[in-house]
Amino acid sequence: MAWLDRWRNVFRAESLNREIEDELQYHLAETVDRLVAEGMSEQNAWRAARLRLGNYSAQKERTRDMNIATWLDATRADFLYGIRQLRLDPGFATIAILSLALGIGGNTAIFQLIDAVCLKNLPVQNPEELVAVDFEKGSSRPGVWYGRSAAVSSQQWELIRDQQRVFRSVAAWSPDRFNLADGGEPRMAEGLYVSGDFFEVLGVNALLGRTLTVKDDSAACNPGMVLSYAFWQREFAGDPGVLQRSIRLGGRAIPILGVMPAAFFGVQVGNQFDLALPLCADRLLANDQQGRARIPFSWWLSILGRLKPGETVASASAQLRTLSPGIMQSSLPPAYQPDTAKRFLQNKMFAVEGGSGFSRLRDDYERPLWLLMAITGLVLLIACANLANLLLARASVREREIAIRLAIGASRSRLVRQLLVESLLVALAGSALGMLLAVSLSGALVAFLSTADNSLFVDLTLDWRILGFTTVLGVLTCLLVGLLPAWRATHRAPVAAMQAAGRSVTAGNRQSSLRRMLVITQVSLSFVLLFGSLLFVRSLQNLLHIDSGFQADGLLTVNLDFSSVSYPKERRLALWREMQDRLSVIPGVVSLAQASITPLSGSSWDGVVGGDATPASGSTKSAFFTEVGPGYFQTMGTPLLAGREFNDRDTSTSPKVAIVDEIFARNIFGGANPIGRSFHMTADRGKPEPVYEVVGLVRRSKYGELRENFKPLAYFAIVQTNNLDPSATFVLRTAGPPVQVMDGVKATIAALGPSIGINFHPLSVQLQNSLLRDRLMATLSAGFGFLAVLLATLGLYGVISYMVAQRRNEIGIRIALGADRSNVIRLILREALFLLGCGLAMGNILALFAGKAAATLLFGLEPHDVVSLMAASLLLALIALLASYLPAKKAADGNPMAALRNE
Amino acid sequence: MPKSRNDKLQGTLTLLVLRTLKSRGSLHGYGICEHISRVSGDLLQLEEGSLYPALHRMEQDGWISSQWEITDKGRKAKFYTMSPRGEEQLADENETWSRLARGVTRVLRYS
Repeated sequence: MAWLDRWRNVFRAESLNREIEDELQYHLAETVDRLVAEGMSEQNAWRAARLRLGNYSAQKERTRDMNIATWLDATRADFLYGIRQLRLDPGFATIAILSLALGIGGNTAIFQLIDAVCLKNLPVQNPEELVAVDFEKGSSRPGVWYGRSAAVSSQQWELIRDQQRVFRSVAAWSPDRFNLADGGEPRMAEGLYVSGDFFEVLGVNALLGRTLTVKDDSAACNPGMVLSYAFWQREFAGDPGVLQRSIRLGGRAIPILGVMPAAFFGVQVGNQFDLALPLCADRLLANDQQGRARIPFSWWLSILGRLKPGETVASASAQLRTLSPGIMQSSLPPAYQPDTAKRFLQNKMFAVEGGSGFSRLRDDYERPLWLLMAITGLVLLIACANLANLLLARASVREREIAIRLAIGASRSRLVRQLLVESLLVALAGSALGMLLAVSLSGALVAFLSTADNSLFVDLTLDWRILGFTTVLGVLTCLLVGLLPAWRATHRAPVAAMQAAGRSVTAGNRQSSLRRMLVITQVSLSFVLLFGSLLFVRSLQNLLHIDSGFQADGLLTVNLDFSSVSYPKERRLALWREMQDRLSVIPGVVSLAQASITPLSGSSWDGVVGGDATPASGSTKSAFFTEVGPGYFQTMGTPLLAGREFNDRDTSTSPKVAIVDEIFARNIFGGANPIGRSFHMTADRGKPEPVYEVVGLVRRSKYGELRENFKPLAYFAIVQTNNLDPSATFVLRTAGPPVQVMDGVKATIAALGPSIGINFHPLSVQLQNSLLRDRLMATLSAGFGFLAVLLATLGLYGVISYMVAQRRNEIGIRIALGADRSNVIRLILREALFLLGCGLAMGNILALFAGKAAATLLFGLEPHDVVSLMAASLLLALIALLASYLPAKKAADGNPMAALRNE
Repeated sequence: MPKSRNDKLQGTLTLLVLRTLKSRGSLHGYGICEHISRVSGDLLQLEEGSLYPALHRMEQDGWISSQWEITDKGRKAKFYTMSPRGEEQLADENETWSRLARGVTRVLRYS
C-alpha cells in the first residue's frame, strides 16, 4: 500500500534520508570509478560525477518526496516547530496549558457526573423499553411512606400487575437497609425487596447461581437472596462456594441463591444494592410477622414495567389513567375519612421513562450539576480568551517574520496552519491533562457527597461519551483560541507590518482593540463567576447561621434497636426507664431524654388537628408531631416559653397532654396563650378522636430540614402513646465532644443486652450533612470564581504591559519633556479603568441572568443580591487596578533616555 | 554525438527501467543507467538525477521492489527487482509506446 508506506515514512524520515544518501553515494562512487578508469584524476572525477547527477540536494529532496505523504510531513514539521516555539516560552506554555487543563478538567468531571447520574441508562437489557409508574402531581395518599421513589401499596401493585395490558412484564421493588450485626454498632447493607419477576423484567442474569423467580416470591415464602458482585467480593472475598451459605437477617438465616454480575448495581442511580430479597420476605422479617403488604396505606413499592413491542410511554400512560379509578376504588384504605377518601379516588397514575433508573441523587443534584457545568464552561471560555490574548501578543511579536514570509511568497493557508498548530498543541496538552484531572476530580466530588449514612455509588468509568466530550471541547478550544490570532496575523498588509514592527505609536490599533475586547469579555465573565460564588457562599452562611431552635453542638442521638432481643411489649417501658437511668450516670453526659423523631433525621409524622372543640375531621389545619420524654427541651436547648415540660406524673393512665411550639400556637389558637387549651387529633374511621391538653409552650424548631420554613409542631409524652416499637432513640447532651461518651454508652447498653443494636448520630454532623449540596456549590463556585478572577487578572496585566511596551517611546518623550510621573501612571490607569468599566457593566447585566438560574438553590437571598453585586464589583476592581498599576509604575519609573535610545 | 535529453525521455523512463529490469533481473540504479546507454549504443543517456525519484516512485506504486546488497567491490548498493505488477505495467507501457511510435512514424512518412 503506497499511501500507507508514505504515511509510515513520515515517521522514519531520518532513516529514509540516510538510505537515499547511501544510494546516491553509491551511484557517485561507481561513476567516479569509471571516470578514473578512463583516465580522469580522482578530484575531477568527483566533480564530474556530481555535475552529472545534477543538484545533489534537490535530487535528495525529490527522491524523498516520492516516499512521503507531503502534506503530512509538512504537518509534522509544523508540530515540531510549534513544540519548539512553546519550549522557547515555558512560562506562556505552562500558564496556557494549566488554565486550559483546569477548564477542560472541570468541564469533563462535571459532565462525567451528569452523564453517570442523569444521562446513562441502566446496565440492563434494552433499557429504553423500561417504564416506571408514578402518580400525577397533586395526588393525595396520606399514610406511611418508605423512601422517595415509593409509589404504591402492595394491594395496588397486585391490581396493576393483573389489570395492565401494555407491559410484557412488570415488577415491583422497594429499597431497604438491613443490619448484618447481631447487636452493638450496626453493619448496614443496602437491600432491595423485589417481586419475583424483577430480574426477568430487567433482563439481567446471575453471574453465579440463579436470580430470584416468581416461585421465590410465593405465599408460602421460603425466601433466598441474591447478592451484588461488590458485596460478594467485600463480604465473601469472591468465594465461589458462597451458594452453600446463608446470611442472618433479623435472627433468620436466609440462603444465598446467586450473585449478580459486576455491572449491575440495581435500579437506583447513586446507590448500589448489596442483597435482594423477594417481596414476601418483608413479612417474615417484620416484627409483627405481618409486614407492609397487609397495610392498605403503606406506600412502599415502586413499579417498573417492560413495554410490549409497539407500545410507547404515551400509550402506557393512557392505559394507566384509564385503569386508575378502578384501582383506587379497590385499594381504598378503609381507615380514610370521607373527604380523604374522595380525594384519594381522584388519583391518577401515569407512566414515565424508566430506562435511566430512579435516583434521589438525580432529583437533588441535576440542577446543581448543570449549573456547575455552566460555571466550568465559563471558566473555560475565560481561559480561552486569556490564551487568545497571549497568542495575539505573541503573533504581534512575530508580525515581522510573518510579513516577510508572506512577502516572499509563503502561502497564507500554510502560515495559518502553522499558527493554528501551536494552539492545537496547547489544546491537546490541556485536554490530556484535563482528562487526568477530571478522573480525580469527579472521584473527589462523589466522595464529597458521600456520608457515613448514605454512601454514594456512581459508575464513573470513562466511556466514549466522556472521551468524545473532551475531544470536542479540546477542538473547540483550539479553534476559539487559535483561529482569531492566526487569521489576524496573516491578514495585515506585509508592508504595514514590516514598517510597524516595534516602532510606531499608533500601529496595531486594530489588533489591540481586539485584545481589549477579549479582556473586557474576560472581566465580565469572571465578574459573573465571582458574583455567583458570592451568592452561594452567602447562601451557605445563611444556612449555617440559621436559627434551628436547638443547640446542635454537643448533642448526640443514640438509636437503639432491640428487635432481635424480643423484649415483651409490657416490659419496654421499664426497659426505657432503666436505659435512661443508666445512661444518665455516664461521665460526660449532662442530660438526656427520649424522643421518637429527632430533628433533621429525615423521619416525619404529620396529621390534621382541630383546636379546642373543633373535631379534626372537620378541620383544615395540620401539624407535625414528635413523641418525647421528660427533659427533652432542656437537653435540646430549646427554651420553654410557658407552662412545663413532661414529667414523671404524665403516665399512660393520666390525661393526655401535649407541648406545642410558637407556630402551632399561632396556627391553631390564633396566637393566644395555649396553656390549658386542648386540641383534637385525627383518628381512624370509627374510632374516637384523642384530645390533648396543652401543658407547655416552647420556642419554634426546625423539623425535617434546615431549609424549610418553621412548621407547627406538637410534642406528645412518649409514655402516653401506643408507640412500642422495638427501638428507642435518646438524645444526649454531652459536656465535651459527643465522641467521648460513645464508648461509655456502648458498654452500658451491652451490659443491658449484648444483642441490642446501637447507632450514633452527632446532631452537628447530621446538620452538616444536610447542607452538603450547599457546601458543594459554595466550595466549587468559589474555587472556580477564584480561578476566573486570576485568569482575568493575568489577561488585564498582559494587555496593559503590552500597551506600556508599545508606548514606551511616547512615554519616554513625555517624561523627557518634563511630564510628571504620576501623569504617566494616570494615563495608563485610565486605559485599565476603561476596560474594567466596560467589563463590569457587561458583567452586571449577565449576572442578573446568572442569578435567576441559581435562584432555586439559594437560601435567604435574592438572586440579584445587591451586597454580592457590590462586593464582586469592588473585589474585581481592586485586583484589576493592582494588576495594571504594576506595569504603569514600571513605565513611569523607567529611564526615559534608555527608552529613547532603544529606538 | 547527440544525446537524448531527459525531457524527451520523460514518458519512456519507466518503460526503459522496467524493460531493463526484465532482461537483467535485479539491478542497482547505476547499473540501470549503464545498461541503457550500452544497449542503446550510447544513443540514450538517462539523466541520472531523474532516475532516483522515478525509481522510488515506481517502488511506491508497487511495480518494483528493492533490497540492499553488497556488490563484488564490497560496496553497499540498493538493488531493484520487478514485481508481478511491474510486469503488467511493462506490457501496458510497451503497448502504449508501440502505438505512439507507429503513429509518429506514419506522420513522418506522410507526404
